[in-house]
Amino acid sequence: MRSLIKEFSKGITTLNPTFGLILGLCPTLAVSTSLFNALGMGIAATFVLVFSNMIISSLRNFIPARIRLPAYIVIIATFVTVCELVIKAYLPALGESLGIFIPLIVVNCIIMARAEAFASRNSVLPSVFDGLGMGAGFTVGISVIAFIRELLGSGSIAGHGLLKSNEFILVMILAPGALLTMGLLIALTRLLGITKR
Amino acid sequence: MRDSLLVNTSPHLHKKESVRRIMWLVTLSLVPSGFAGVFIFGLRALWAITLGVAAAVITEYILQLATKRKIAIFDGSAVLTGLLLAYNLPPDVPFWLPVAGSVFSIAIGKQVFGGLGQNIFNPALVGRVFLMASWPKYMTTFVKPLSYDAVTSATPLAALTKGEALESISYLDLFLGNRPGCIGEVCILALLIGAAFLLLRGYISWHIPFSFIISTGLFAYIFGAKPLFSGDWLANILSGGLMLGAFFMATDYVTSPLTYKGQVIFGAGCGLVTTVIRFWGGYPEGVSYAILIMNAATPMIDRYTRPRIYGT
Repeated sequence: MRSLIKEFSKGITTLNPTFGLILGLCPTLAVSTSLFNALGMGIAATFVLVFSNMIISSLRNFIPARIRLPAYIVIIATFVTVCELVIKAYLPALGESLGIFIPLIVVNCIIMARAEAFASRNSVLPSVFDGLGMGAGFTVGISVIAFIRELLGSGSIAGHGLLKSNEFILVMILAPGALLTMGLLIALTRLLGITKR
Repeated sequence: MRDSLLVNTSPHLHKKESVRRIMWLVTLSLVPSGFAGVFIFGLRALWAITLGVAAAVITEYILQLATKRKIAIFDGSAVLTGLLLAYNLPPDVPFWLPVAGSVFSIAIGKQVFGGLGQNIFNPALVGRVFLMASWPKYMTTFVKPLSYDAVTSATPLAALTKGEALESISYLDLFLGNRPGCIGEVCILALLIGAAFLLLRGYISWHIPFSFIISTGLFAYIFGAKPLFSGDWLANILSGGLMLGAFFMATDYVTSPLTYKGQVIFGAGCGLVTTVIRFWGGYPEGVSYAILIMNAATPMIDRYTRPRIYGT
């Protein structure tokens, strides 16, 4: 049990995908303009990560090594399709604002990296916990970035405006703001010793 | 006896020049342009300059205190950064704009990289580009010169890069600064006085500014108007922030190449990027972006212009 908790917690701290491994930058930079979108993206990626890790680790002895990547992509794409249809059916507003970035979870490098580096070498239960931890780390990372960017760039928290003004720091919701926030947060997590150099 | 037998490695020659002295002399050489800006645009320009400089120095002090580094606010570099940033602002900005720009310049442009000498981009220009991306409305609202009651007006460069002829502004007006523009960039005469001082005393070399200005003029002459080779090169050189950028910002020791050959490449590249942005880019002025892009290319220029070791 202790080792399972360790598999879970390493995804949030030392191997945090956003601040430690620096993976999955495309959705992190593109979707972190508002907290609501970021949470949606984080939960969707976590769902795909947990189930693809589960299936890949249970099939790890059947998938021939030479065609493993296409096999992983088929499995991941299945769950992404499930995820996309569910979001479009029950959360159409979120689906609208995430747009192309939901299908693009298929090529999210966090999921590919965990499939290749962890799920294909470990049994089912640790892989599920690894997926949960990585997903939680990704969700926390992207949400912190989105919180800062949304607060500074449009003066609101999860869509609730705080001030009646429109003189916020526009650059924060543009691409440079994402890179700046991300860089400063990586520096901060390393300073605090949460992630390693 | 022991002291007189000390053997040191070269260099053995000492000059009284120091970073601190050079920084203050560059600041001094910018003073005429500041006076001209205040004369042309009124006291609000002086407020913007004061706030910019004060915010830069205070930010530097707080960050050096917080990171437990040596407090070096009197070395002049923060003053110079704040001054250059304020010179890059339109005169009629709200009071918090120079403060925000200076804080960003010092914090993100300089101290994040480890302070003076470590930054890869010119801090003042980092601040300006940040303000330009964040509050474009304030950064592109210019007022008429010598009117003191904030009549907004387009800069001559905006007309020039749209291919329109200059109306009612002569070359002499451009040279003396009788035009809308940023605080420190309008009076070419005052800038040239400061630049001549720096050049004659040897604090900057002619390579970067001259190659920058000549290449801007050349490309403006070739591509500036519809039939090729008929652009108004003189107006292109005299308008916008070219003189301020070429003499005082592109020549920053930290972010420009080390060898003369590299400096000429750097200056020519700045001129090319400036004209590309002026004529085909989304912004009317490209000097600040050109210098920042070439700052990024500086390590590569340095690598390819490394002097040959004698004898090889």
